[in-house]
Amino acid sequence: MEALEVVRPGLLSTVQDRGRVGYQKYGVPTSGAMDHTAFRAANLLVDNEESAAALEATGEGPALRALTDLVVAIVGADMEPHLNGRPIESGAAMGVRRGQLLELGRARQGLRAYLAIAGGIDVPVLLGSRSTCLPAAFGGFHGRALRTGDCLPVGVTGTRPLEITGRRLPAGWWGAPHEVLTLRVILGPQEDRFTPEGIETFLTGTYRLAPEMDRMGVRLQGPPIAHRSGADIISDSIPWGAIQVPADGQPIVLLADRQTTGGYTKIGVILREDTYRLAQATPGQIVRFCRASVQEAHAAWRAYEAKCQALLQSWQRWGDRRSYALRLGGRSYRVGVQEGKGMYRVAIEERVEGEPKKGE
Amino acid sequence: MPIRFLDAGESCLVAELGDRIDIALNLQVRALGLAVERAWLAGVQEAVPTYRSLAIYYDPLVIGRDALKNQVQSLRDSLGDEGEKAPKIMEIPTVYGGEHGPDLDFVAGHTGFSQDEVIRLHTEPLYHVYMLGFMAGFAYLGGLPERLSVPRLATPRLKVPAGSVGIAGTQTGVYPLESPGGWRIIGRTHLRLFDASDQVPTPILPGDKVRFVRIEKREYQKGASGSP
Repeated sequence: MEALEVVRPGLLSTVQDRGRVGYQKYGVPTSGAMDHTAFRAANLLVDNEESAAALEATGEGPALRALTDLVVAIVGADMEPHLNGRPIESGAAMGVRRGQLLELGRARQGLRAYLAIAGGIDVPVLLGSRSTCLPAAFGGFHGRALRTGDCLPVGVTGTRPLEITGRRLPAGWWGAPHEVLTLRVILGPQEDRFTPEGIETFLTGTYRLAPEMDRMGVRLQGPPIAHRSGADIISDSIPWGAIQVPADGQPIVLLADRQTTGGYTKIGVILREDTYRLAQATPGQIVRFCRASVQEAHAAWRAYEAKCQALLQSWQRWGDRRSYALRLGGRSYRVGVQEGKGMYRVAIEERVEGEPKKGE
Repeated sequence: MPIRFLDAGESCLVAELGDRIDIALNLQVRALGLAVERAWLAGVQEAVPTYRSLAIYYDPLVIGRDALKNQVQSLRDSLGDEGEKAPKIMEIPTVYGGEHGPDLDFVAGHTGFSQDEVIRLHTEPLYHVYMLGFMAGFAYLGGLPERLSVPRLATPRLKVPAGSVGIAGTQTGVYPLESPGGWRIIGRTHLRLFDASDQVPTPILPGDKVRFVRIEKREYQKGASGSP
């Protein structure tokens, strides 16, 4: 079902999901949302499956016309969203009526915002994912960023707006990077190709995000990291968050649309959760690295997963059901109301003959 | 043989089997990759074979790193001698020179061969497919005659058409997609080397052999237009 028409595409708006797993051996990048934390929260807000596709807006968001009634949520960079010219909240599920104009502006904080729509963006699944793969021009919406006039299809949803509008992210759940962004790194797989001083430089130096940045990766500028004997290796696999150091000693962090293999030494790999923070940083951002062990990283991953799961549970926790009588046009109904966190579930239970009893 | 295991972050374990570019070693990597895939280990998401190592992506909430290491080592121990057994040979019909191979002239000049000799030298070997990577459907080929070695372009082209056959240093390969590129382009094939609508999106796989076959321009045009 066509649900959203692109009135203004924004700088780079692409359809993304959790990414493409299992095709790197064919040279296919994983793609997927750059900031999974924000992407995931947006999907959770509108009660989508976590695998549902959402829209990733970069730098400056799109303007979209609703072609049908929708429930949406925006999480991530603050793009001052407006609905029919009125400011609306980020980080909350809300209804959008057919014909209304949803506008995202220039990012004031952060870089990428995610617009999730109840039902998910229903583009075809290619190689196991709905994500746009920009380097190979496939997936997502015709393998490219959105353009004016495109119409985005949305999947069928069992979500009734009443049940989720009003869902809101707890304060501080998501935030744009601070002045100094500290990224936890597991050293390797080629840390032995650097001098001890080189490793020391990397772990104590201050780096700045260069203007060259996209979905493939970001370049950093700072004290050059010294190799032991050259920067080239026999090409091998490049994981998400890998930090390549070519001969000039300036690190490059590889992200969603990265090439799957490469021949530069990798000094370390950033923890997934921290790469999502990096994806919200803009040129000039100050970055530092701190060393983490694999055990620490796994503990951090568990905590991160628990945090995301708790978010969903907080919305699904419902209070006791209370019954109310409702009179409409001379008829009486018994209505059940359940209060959850920041929302209500309302259901008509039965039609009642005669006057409702007192106390109800 | 014990594997050298390296962590590449919190969810990727690299099993390094050696430290050189060598067909026998590469075939062992490929065999281990297939064994890992066929074992369907819970928590293992994908295995990416490269020249001399296998990258195994895993979910640390499902399988611990030490358990994974043990599993991979025992899979390795149970592998037999993986010799080269009748590999698949892929022929790549290629039109050389002219508009489709604008750098053939340069390669001839640089190496001192005639254009025909360059084409003969390039079509002679049976190239080994070490791995796929760098871009979707790109095969890393081994076996370019050293006499054809040429430097890359000083300034890469902004657009190299899909199907372009190039040489750079001691490597040769085919661009599966239109992309920027610094290789010397000597020809072009109409073969489609990447198709996202196919579950196995590329016709060339690691361990295959590749041979370039010279065709004429009109054959290329026939192939490119899709007629039989």
